[in-house]
Amino acid sequence: MQADRISLGQFLSLRSGGKRVNTADALTYLYLTIGTILMFGPVLWLVASSFKTQAGLVKYPPPLLPYQQVQVEVEGYDEPLPLFAVTQEDGSARELAQVRRVGIEAQMVDPADPDAERIKINIRQREPVEEVKLAWENYLDPLVELENFDFFTYLKNSLLVTSIATAITLIINSMAAFALSKYRFKGRDAIFVLFISTLMIPITVILVPVFLVITSIGWKNNLWGVIIPGAATPTGIFLLRQYMLTIPDELLDAARIDGGSEWHIYWRIILPLARPALAVLAIFSVMWRWNDFLWPLIVLSQNDYFTLQVGLNAFQGELQIQWHYVLAMTVVTLLPITLVFAFLQRFITTGIATTGMK
Amino acid sequence: MSASPPQVIQPKPATRLLGFVDPLTRPALLLLVSAVDRVLTPIQRRVGIDKMGYFFVLPNLLIFGIFVLFPMLLNFYYAMTGGTKLFPQDRPFVGLDNFATLFDCENFTQPNSCQEDLFWRGIFNTIIYVIFQVSGIVFFSLITALVLNRRIIARGFFRSVFFYPVLLSPVVVALIWKWVLQYEGVLNGIIEILGGESKRWLLDPNWAMFWVVFVSVWALMGFYTLILLAGLQSIPPELYEASSIDGANGWQDFRFVTMPLLMPTMFVVLVLSLIRAVQMFDQIFVLTGGGPGTRTQLMVQYIYTTGFSNQIQLFGLSAAASMVLGVSLLILTLLQLRLGNQSSLA
Repeated sequence: MQADRISLGQFLSLRSGGKRVNTADALTYLYLTIGTILMFGPVLWLVASSFKTQAGLVKYPPPLLPYQQVQVEVEGYDEPLPLFAVTQEDGSARELAQVRRVGIEAQMVDPADPDAERIKINIRQREPVEEVKLAWENYLDPLVELENFDFFTYLKNSLLVTSIATAITLIINSMAAFALSKYRFKGRDAIFVLFISTLMIPITVILVPVFLVITSIGWKNNLWGVIIPGAATPTGIFLLRQYMLTIPDELLDAARIDGGSEWHIYWRIILPLARPALAVLAIFSVMWRWNDFLWPLIVLSQNDYFTLQVGLNAFQGELQIQWHYVLAMTVVTLLPITLVFAFLQRFITTGIATTGMK
Repeated sequence: MSASPPQVIQPKPATRLLGFVDPLTRPALLLLVSAVDRVLTPIQRRVGIDKMGYFFVLPNLLIFGIFVLFPMLLNFYYAMTGGTKLFPQDRPFVGLDNFATLFDCENFTQPNSCQEDLFWRGIFNTIIYVIFQVSGIVFFSLITALVLNRRIIARGFFRSVFFYPVLLSPVVVALIWKWVLQYEGVLNGIIEILGGESKRWLLDPNWAMFWVVFVSVWALMGFYTLILLAGLQSIPPELYEASSIDGANGWQDFRFVTMPLLMPTMFVVLVLSLIRAVQMFDQIFVLTGGGPGTRTQLMVQYIYTTGFSNQIQLFGLSAAASMVLGVSLLILTLLQLRLGNQSSLA
């Protein structure tokens, strides 16, 4: 019992044990291994599954890799024929291509000898010949021909919302943060408190009245209705204001002596110096907007205006879920965020660790 | 960087700030910037430097006022009107009827006995969800942060592994798990290989809530792990040196050095995860749709369904329910301020 307790203590302690691999280290790596499988496994499984054909997806228990039946070109036939391994009556096995199937009987042809007479066999005598092959059509079909999933429209809408909203958020939040950190005017502190007090009030609490405002302006089924309401983020103002407070006032005064206007100071001094904080806010904003769901779901009810998230939800909510397409489109949707993460990982993690915000 | 004297800092030219803007639109943007300057300079001359603060705060204040402040006030009015029309002038004033409807219950512990039984089910489910989700998040993110804070190889990699799902959208997270958990999915495949029995996990009333909680812990814990890790790393190493001189073992280190110093961070994690859990919607909406039946339907889904997705849109009832949600959030926030002050005094 005592020994157990010490190893638990070592496990929890900040310091790693001695030079030998001890119980605590073993537990640590065990935890990390299981954790990695649990965190990454489902995502990898999604990616792997997205390359399986519709027929491959219903196989159970599911195979790890995407298999497809081999198709062979046979002389005299326009379409490639599926290849089967056939066990003949005498027990010998050979590979035949199937011409057609009637009930439980299949008509087969030997790909090496297409002119020979067709061989009729019972379908229980044949097994499909399979190979590992990626079903790229899962990715390509939705891009061109699905009538209820207009990928490029959704992608365009998502890109527009994300980029415009992030640009607006950065500009108006940095202007407000500049005012709140570098000027003395009546009501300044009241405005700051007003902004910050809404940190804990999400849009879920005021859905109906915001919907009214949007409808009155005529922004229903309009991307502006998604972009504007969330632009004045208290998080951004707080983050930028704290950062701008560290910019020395002497810099501003020097610029004023040189005859620079206040707008000039904002544009030429404050913005360039606040770049690290702006970068953090930009990353947050991209994440918020790309992943946003509930508000776009309410504002956008017509297919033409759907963002990727709303479109994906509608697509997966159909009576017959076309999983092979849903999986592929999910992968496409998570790709940009994954790339952003891969390149800006350090920025994101330090940004969150220092501000405590997401 | 704060220690350097001001004259040393060379402001970077604004053109570098626009490095990502393509060269064709850059001159247009700079033209716009100088146009704003030309408009503002005479104004600045008239009102003085400090009043320019009003100008800078104005755009944000305008959007805030129209899309946050005004709706907040309007929400009270909506909560006290009835009918199915959206515009306020078409809506009859009904006083507190909407709240009376929401709270019309014979027995508050039995959602079945309530007129708006979905609302009460939502509240009950939210409470269950919040309790398990928050404790799951606090527990697993603490363990993960402690593990990641040890001397391990490839720490950066493992930190990313636990953090990665945080970035995924709720829709994507839900679809990933819907695929894993479906009847012919990989989980059932593994279970059968191990000799167990397949289940329709998301349609099983006894399991749906478990998976809903599990998936949110999976998706969100990395965020809190990061915050706790920052908290752990801010503990001065000298304290551990001192405690090892005093002969403390690992458990005592944890109990008497790590835990007390990590408490403020733990508190932040608790409050943040609590406030977010109460507002949970999108992940569950895509994963189970609130089902089976109403097993995993939470409060926000009730607000959404009542106001926006039902054939008859009861905006008043929806607004009233959202006020109940707002009040619960307010109570949690006040509780946080109260307890936060106490813990900082201690």
